[in-house]
Amino acid sequence: MTSFYLFGAVAVGASLLVIAQRNPVYSVLLLIASFGALSGLYVLLDAPFVAVIQIIVYAGAIMVLFLFVVMLLNAPHEDTEQDLERMASRRPAAAGGVRIFGGALAAGLLVELWWALTKNGGESGVFPGGAVSSVRTIGRSLFTDYAFAFEVTSVLILVAMVGAVVLARREVVTGLGRGRPPGPRTLK
Amino acid sequence: MMPTLNDYLVLSAILFAIGTAGVFVRRNLITILLSIEIMLNAVNLTFVAFGRALGAVDGQILVFFVMTVAAAEAAVGLAIVIDLFRHRESLNPDSFASLKW
Repeated sequence: MTSFYLFGAVAVGASLLVIAQRNPVYSVLLLIASFGALSGLYVLLDAPFVAVIQIIVYAGAIMVLFLFVVMLLNAPHEDTEQDLERMASRRPAAAGGVRIFGGALAAGLLVELWWALTKNGGESGVFPGGAVSSVRTIGRSLFTDYAFAFEVTSVLILVAMVGAVVLARREVVTGLGRGRPPGPRTLK
Repeated sequence: MMPTLNDYLVLSAILFAIGTAGVFVRRNLITILLSIEIMLNAVNLTFVAFGRALGAVDGQILVFFVMTVAAAEAAVGLAIVIDLFRHRESLNPDSFASLKW
């Protein structure tokens, strides 16, 4: 129980700090800490496979991709000088509706959380004493029951990879471009 | 005393609320993407907790698929962010309002 509270507190605290930081590099590093705590929670839930791929895939691959992009863009702070100028010329009432909607949504989530905490009908939901779900079981189910979804996932990854390459490349080939106005980069 | 299913669901709800608040409060595209990752992880925790409660392995397989979709979303989203930053030198979503009517 204490380890549950420890991991949960680390996950919640690190997630709160992620959205409280102004520097995106710190946000990414704190999110990695939060994922580490979540991996510990998966171990407590007898799911070692998910815990391992949480570390390897999420913290090791996806977060490193985020970190690469943050450092590549070299935009450490939220509001650049252009943004401040642009926001100064904009009327401040434009953001009011978004703030109100976001506040209402957060209040709704809090009410829902309070309801879930108080209104459960006495069933505490104790976990059954089961064996640790092995990688063998997961693999057998993944390649039999979920084989079609697994194959479709490979197509999804391929499409995402091609899309990312097409979106992020620099336009050096002229002629068949996507309607971008010709700049100095697109000379032959 | 072992933590029950309700404890995990409450923790997951708190994490999801934090992610939602981040999407609405922050004005930085990268932080918004990170908040989406927080929300996806909250849902993953729910899947694993329910799978453990039901004694089935399907929750963990769904987590596997969610992680795959999250990786694809992060790759495409970050590519779009890079392209937007090249156009406007800004990461503030309020500065990309060309399609706003």
